[in-house]
Amino acid sequence: MPVFEYAPAPESRAIANLKDHYKPFVNGEFVDGSGEPLKTINPATEEVLAEVGTASKSDVDTAVKAARKAYNGVWSKMPGTERAKYLFRIARLIQERSRELAVLESLDNGKPIKESRDSDVPTAAAHFFYHAGWADKLEYAGYGPNPQPLGVAGQIIPWNFPLLMLAWKIAPALATGNTVVLKPAETTPLTALVFAEICQQAELPPGVVNILPGAGDIGASIVEHADINKIAFTGSTEVGKAIQREVAGTAKKLTLELGGKAANIVFEDAPLDQAIEGIVNGIFFNQGHVCCAGSRLLVQESIAEEVLEKLRYRVSTLRLGDPLDKNTDIGAINSAEQLAKIRGLVEAGDAEGAQRWTSPCPVPDRGFFFAPTVFANVHQSMRIAREEIFGPVLSVLTFRTPDEAVAKANNTPYGLSAGIWTEKGSRILWMANQLRAGVVWANTFNRFDPAAPFGGYQESGFGREGGRTGLEAYLNV
Amino acid sequence: MTATTSTSAAPATPAPPADATRDEASLRRFLLGLPGVDQVGVEQRAAGLGTRSIKKDAKRWAIDTAISMVDLTTLEGADTRGKVRALAAKAVRPDPERQDTPRVAAVCVYPDMVETAVEALKGSGVHVASVATGFPAGRTSREIKLADTKIAVDAGAHEVDMVIDRGAFLEGRYMDVFEEIQAIKAACGDAHLKVILETGELATYDNVRRASWLALLAGGDFIKTSTGKVSPAATLPVTHIMLQAVHDWHVTTGELRGVKPAGGIRTTKDAIKYLVAVHEVAGEQWLTPDLFRFGASSLLNDLLLQRRTQVDGHYSGPDYVTVD
Repeated sequence: MPVFEYAPAPESRAIANLKDHYKPFVNGEFVDGSGEPLKTINPATEEVLAEVGTASKSDVDTAVKAARKAYNGVWSKMPGTERAKYLFRIARLIQERSRELAVLESLDNGKPIKESRDSDVPTAAAHFFYHAGWADKLEYAGYGPNPQPLGVAGQIIPWNFPLLMLAWKIAPALATGNTVVLKPAETTPLTALVFAEICQQAELPPGVVNILPGAGDIGASIVEHADINKIAFTGSTEVGKAIQREVAGTAKKLTLELGGKAANIVFEDAPLDQAIEGIVNGIFFNQGHVCCAGSRLLVQESIAEEVLEKLRYRVSTLRLGDPLDKNTDIGAINSAEQLAKIRGLVEAGDAEGAQRWTSPCPVPDRGFFFAPTVFANVHQSMRIAREEIFGPVLSVLTFRTPDEAVAKANNTPYGLSAGIWTEKGSRILWMANQLRAGVVWANTFNRFDPAAPFGGYQESGFGREGGRTGLEAYLNV
Repeated sequence: MTATTSTSAAPATPAPPADATRDEASLRRFLLGLPGVDQVGVEQRAAGLGTRSIKKDAKRWAIDTAISMVDLTTLEGADTRGKVRALAAKAVRPDPERQDTPRVAAVCVYPDMVETAVEALKGSGVHVASVATGFPAGRTSREIKLADTKIAVDAGAHEVDMVIDRGAFLEGRYMDVFEEIQAIKAACGDAHLKVILETGELATYDNVRRASWLALLAGGDFIKTSTGKVSPAATLPVTHIMLQAVHDWHVTTGELRGVKPAGGIRTTKDAIKYLVAVHEVAGEQWLTPDLFRFGASSLLNDLLLQRRTQVDGHYSGPDYVTVD
């Protein structure tokens, strides 16, 4: 029997236009940061990609001053119709440079090129297009006749969707007339700095967007800075709590988008084959580095064996390896630190008696990789059912009745997303009302649209991004 | 991935086939009890697999495999013996200047042309397939359908492509459809039976899944999407559902059944998307002409052109492949 062995189909690394050095972007120019430069690596090979200049506390102050000046002098006074032109221009430039951005994102982050190419970059462009449309229609957004921007927004984004999270933050801020100081994640600063080039190409007025690479201390300096009016953070719950403590008692507005432990609930009358696809997409998309990942599968007991059998077959067809190969389904874990965290939690799953199954796919010798893993016989009392693993590891629990499904799904301090799989429309609506989650998907998972608000309950944070609701986070209402 | 589940829980895929076809009511319960198909989901999956990038050795292997799976077809009112002989010659030597080009799997003709095709293909290893049962509409009596089948088989057809009674299916008379497939299967003798569902007329993915299981239960060796006379003919999502059905059938019964998309597959690029689906949805086992076929006429020439491109390193033109 011949085997259909897919020949390697790597996207060319040259498309990324990788440079040796990258610099912080302040007041419309690339400047030497006074922080200690960092080296960003390719998690698939552990090779150094580039040296990146970082900001220091004084650079934060310079950037905030530039942003304040741009806010007072230009951006807050500019008519919405004019601001919109800049956003449309940025959106088109992201599209024009989409291949470059996609390859660079995959190099720096480790995510498969098919995801950066088909999901991250197009969705980032879509966010700018969408918000460009709002810029001159804010009076009709339902926040009163003349909604006003807040001022300077400090934004801190994570490493799992570097460019997309930047778009989620910058597009609404700019559309509503705010200026921005943004810190990309320490391990994934590169696409943000190419975005800075795009701001130059779009001739965005200097100071409207400032980008400061750096570690957590720079994030903290942004949060503490007295002349910032709004903090938007996406990242871990732990850091989110620290930010909230810091901001408490100040006039700063705050939105937090934090961790999750989403329940993906499959009823016995579900469209089973598509539910399997949704489960796979829910937990293995972006190596499971997704805050809204469907990391807890709740499956009705009557079909549990069937679902597990189909799931294992399907997961064994996932191709793990070189993120730049167009046929790769699962790329590299972003950092050694994250890989260690995943391994630790998987060991806890073994120790607590869950039944582990790992895909037999080959795993490269170099780089940070973790084979897709499914834990069966998981119970609410286990760590792998409660803690966010943020990796390609699925915990499978069972339930007997719809009430039990709701009770188990809600039994978490998080509440970012949930999925429901059933052919019964009334049950979808009933469940959606019961579930404490900001996003509830029905018969699909991990679908995003700039028009759909995204955000959490409880320890998953507060505030919404996207849609009309998302504008509120950047308006004085 | 094991053959059976050892659970007492109600399986979402089928109860033992014998129970399912005991009587009209059981068959109906079984077919309507199959898990639904979510349209958005299956189309998303099909589109996703369609982005696989098949290059170099993999592409060459895929092109040769696809050629060996073609049922080279002529089903026109204007068919003549001369046309059928020309097609037979092409089936045996698809690219006369490249003797290492694989033969196609079969030549597919109307029953009255079977004799000519059998004679022309004698000793070549290429099968003769014949459409039958009042192709393409199937709107004729059971007697005529059986006679039609018998004519094809008596003339030497190795394979019979029947059409199901879509009217009966859409009326919910599943047992009538089931019994008719069984009767035609019996009339086929040793010939392999391909059951054409005409998915373009069944319209919904749920119906495609039910009709697939119905045909498998009734003993069809292959399930085939379309006659090629109705639009839409074969599509990737429909083929996905049918590949899933033969995969699940294998898991449930241990038996291997085939799938044949037909109509509308014209380019190498499309054919490779189907092979990727066969590989990743049904499984590697199905990557053989015994279990997967393309019903096509113009596809072969594109495969031949692409084959030359892969071998020679440059494109040639339509004048370098034969028009038959």
